Amino acid sequence: MRVTFTVNGRQQEADDVWEGESLLYVLRERMGLPGSKNACEQGECGSCTVRLDGVPVCSCLVAAGQVEGRDVVTVEGLADFAKQRAENGGCASGACGTSIDQAQRWQARPADSHAGEGTELAPIQQAFIDAGAVQCGFCTPGLLVAADELLERNDSPSDADIREALSGNLCRCTGYEKILDAVRLAAARGESRTAGQGA
Amino acid sequence: MADKETRLATAPGRTPTNLTQGGQTKAGIGESTLRPDGTLKVTGEFAYSSDMWHEDMLWGYTLRSTTAHAEIRSIDTSEALATSGVYAVLTYDDLPTEVKNYGLEIQDTPVLAHGKVRHHGEPVALVAADHPETARRAAAKIKIDYAELPVVTDEASATAEGAPLVHENRTDHHIGHVPHPNIVHRQPIIRGNAAEAAKKADVIVSGEYVFGMQDQAFLGPESGLAVPGEDGGVDLYVATQWLHSDLRQIAPVLGLPPEKVRMTLSGVGGAFGGREDLSMQIHACLLALRTGKPVKIVYNRFESFFGHVHRHPARLWYEHGATKDGKLTHLKCRIVLDGGAYASASPAVVGNASSLAVGPYVVDDVDIEAIALYSNNPPCGAMRGFGAVQACFAYEAQMDKVAKKLGMDPVEFRQLNAMEQGTIMPTGQPVDSPAPVAELLRRVKAMPLPPEQQWLTAGAGADVRALPGGLSNTTHGEGVVRGIGYAVGIKNVGFSEGFDDYSTARVRMEVVGGVPVATVHTAMAEVGQGGVTVHAQIARTELGVQQVTIQPADTRVGSAGSTSASRQTYVTGGAVKNTCEHVREQVLDIGRRKFGTYHPAWATAELLLEGGKVVTDGGEVLANLADVLEDEAVDLELEWRHRPTEPFDLHTGQGNGHVQYSFAAHRAVVEVDTELGLVKVIELACAQDVGKALNPLSVVGQIQGGTTQGLGVAVMEEIIVDPKTAKVRNPSFTDYLIPTILDTPTIPVDVLELADEHAPYGLRGIGEAPTLSSTPAVLAAIRNATGLELTKTPVRPEHLTGT
Repeated sequence: MRVTFTVNGRQQEADDVWEGESLLYVLRERMGLPGSKNACEQGECGSCTVRLDGVPVCSCLVAAGQVEGRDVVTVEGLADFAKQRAENGGCASGACGTSIDQAQRWQARPADSHAGEGTELAPIQQAFIDAGAVQCGFCTPGLLVAADELLERNDSPSDADIREALSGNLCRCTGYEKILDAVRLAAARGESRTAGQGA
Repeated sequence: MADKETRLATAPGRTPTNLTQGGQTKAGIGESTLRPDGTLKVTGEFAYSSDMWHEDMLWGYTLRSTTAHAEIRSIDTSEALATSGVYAVLTYDDLPTEVKNYGLEIQDTPVLAHGKVRHHGEPVALVAADHPETARRAAAKIKIDYAELPVVTDEASATAEGAPLVHENRTDHHIGHVPHPNIVHRQPIIRGNAAEAAKKADVIVSGEYVFGMQDQAFLGPESGLAVPGEDGGVDLYVATQWLHSDLRQIAPVLGLPPEKVRMTLSGVGGAFGGREDLSMQIHACLLALRTGKPVKIVYNRFESFFGHVHRHPARLWYEHGATKDGKLTHLKCRIVLDGGAYASASPAVVGNASSLAVGPYVVDDVDIEAIALYSNNPPCGAMRGFGAVQACFAYEAQMDKVAKKLGMDPVEFRQLNAMEQGTIMPTGQPVDSPAPVAELLRRVKAMPLPPEQQWLTAGAGADVRALPGGLSNTTHGEGVVRGIGYAVGIKNVGFSEGFDDYSTARVRMEVVGGVPVATVHTAMAEVGQGGVTVHAQIARTELGVQQVTIQPADTRVGSAGSTSASRQTYVTGGAVKNTCEHVREQVLDIGRRKFGTYHPAWATAELLLEGGKVVTDGGEVLANLADVLEDEAVDLELEWRHRPTEPFDLHTGQGNGHVQYSFAAHRAVVEVDTELGLVKVIELACAQDVGKALNPLSVVGQIQGGTTQGLGVAVMEEIIVDPKTAKVRNPSFTDYLIPTILDTPTIPVDVLELADEHAPYGLRGIGEAPTLSSTPAVLAAIRNATGLELTKTPVRPEHLTGT
């Protein structure tokens, strides 16, 4: 079958998709977007988390046919997604989320280089690097998508809020402490930036 | 360079990338430099082994045995081969050479089962097809006629009269000294006279402990891409812990000279010991060579549980004696490790378990025996802590038990018996570097305790999220009791028992665009631990450059040894340091040749490379590195070894077997709902001596990660094997539980840096020690809360409620 949907702001078509294929497989093997990870493919580990019409989902549990005509954001598009959200005042209050309309109007931009030099990162991506929350990094893309969605809803989450929001994402390397640090750091930077603009 | 052209012609779509990093203000050793692969990893661009892609690529799939022990009467692949989209179906009969087995030490593991299967999930046949689902469906059409055989699953059944032999015709070098062919290896450690010393004891305490089978549960599944080369060889992109060890095992099976098996490390999604043994490496190469097409194999999580070895489950019998003033008199212990169907790292795990069975304590009279079994259970091998974990669980339970019987504080009792620098180990080896065991216990005890009943919220009742059971809402605080427990452990660093544990580093220094840059090339597997960060820090420190490029790890440079045993920063870090020192000397020689006549300091002063300049130890600048090197490059590849070790005597266990020790202590605070048997770990504080923290941020991350794996085995992690059929019951993340962010408490870390003068920069391996003591600390805290004896991991609700 053919599946037509939007990925990171670009219209995409996938042909000859087998009925049982997951969104994860289509992204990784047909779209060349391997950022969403394949750690369990059972919806248990969260490493394949993407936004589907703004809602975080395990892409391994979404059948490819379900995304027909819908909008998907993966970790590869997270930086531009966050940037355009900020530019559009999409979530200055931290409470509004992203509408489907906004998500569909959003366009991805190419990164400068393959090695990532000069790449503009979403605040949560930079915070993960700065806090030492990336070790093997296999859980990182899913955690980033989930954490970015948390910060979109709640710009100053408590530790309990962070733990609840990320409880569906397994990490085997870090012990989670530095992941908590990273989310706190991104939230604090967001607050200081908002405060700076307001002054 | 035909070799190089072949490589370029076959390079897959996503190859490992050079990691270049410069410009960070904090960049030398001792600084919390950020990861050079961090940006790639947060943008999803980092190429893990399961992300490899090649045009016209096929997918490989492995058919595995559905039974634990059976004779294979026949295999019929005709229907599978006739399936549309299938390119190859391979069985044992298709192996190209007489070498049909592999193994780390003992070559007892079949590439594909021949004659019989020895454990549930053993690989039997391979399929290559144009879609992974096609491959899976074709494999399901392979007909295998099994004749079931009785299984051996524990020491009693494995060594009983007339027990089936797991390996009928053993020829390995351990067979001469084991008491039964179903025992892989046996290591006694005898020192002093434990029986005689026991007479001096005022109290004697014994116990039997059971340690469950833990899984590494790394998130990145076993996977890789094999690309057939135009020269008849193969390029393999794979996640592993030791490229050259894989190569040594792969090439003979393929019938290729090693230089025709070109291995490149692709991104590794965690390892923890589970990638020391081969998984899909040979299978992918066989399929690629047979079909002439690139073949990718990616295990799903179910298959991953069968695709790698686990941590040895163990039974441990311990007896300690102590005088009434609290001095340990003796230790008698017996440790039985279940190695499963194939040897893997079992002999070395036995060496560790026995030589570290006493723990970080002074006991002059010991009678220790450790063995590993062959059984029809899943094969077990390396996992973080490697034999020392199981022993630590038992000896720390014993320390609490002895202290209780003496009426002493458990921490003071441990401190009274703690080893220190100069202590003689039960192997006769002196501990010749700092061993701050009492100090680590003091530090971890001195950390402030978390407030009691944090779940109480002002005026609003309980916040159930902070209680055992969490949002399941099983308690609002009634029946919840707190407990505190302590533990400390000792782990050897590096490969022991006389192993030639070397590493190789190639370092190039040159001027590019007017800027001096260094390139570091090693075969070290970066599995997440941060070795690539540390290598760049070492190069900056030794060579005085800002810009350092880390090349992808591959087999074009000499072996780096394994990324395991807490050894890579020590050994490959040491190799990078050593090579940099030689590069520096050559750079200085060039400088002396060019500029020596202009300033006497070139000949007389101690010279350093700093900030892109040659400076004297007094701080005087002699030249810019760019002017010294101009268009010359210095390029060296050197091996580096730490001081040698020696094997343990097979009868007495005596010998200077270990390179270095590392120590960590934990304090666990738990709350237990005694009505439902639910445990919430409130805090796990750790104090660890790291010798020298080359990257403090990474050091703390490793300690917290190791601590969490120990927490997991204490309260939830276990591969459950049916004792009657030897089949695995829970091969999924639904049923094999690893800690989530809700299960993992705050982990405050106190890092001590007491230099080991034998090690580069004084550093100490760090990755494993925190996995040892966190498990017994949690168990001790639960015992403290409940008063129960609790001798098994993981602690389950029924152990706490007596149901």
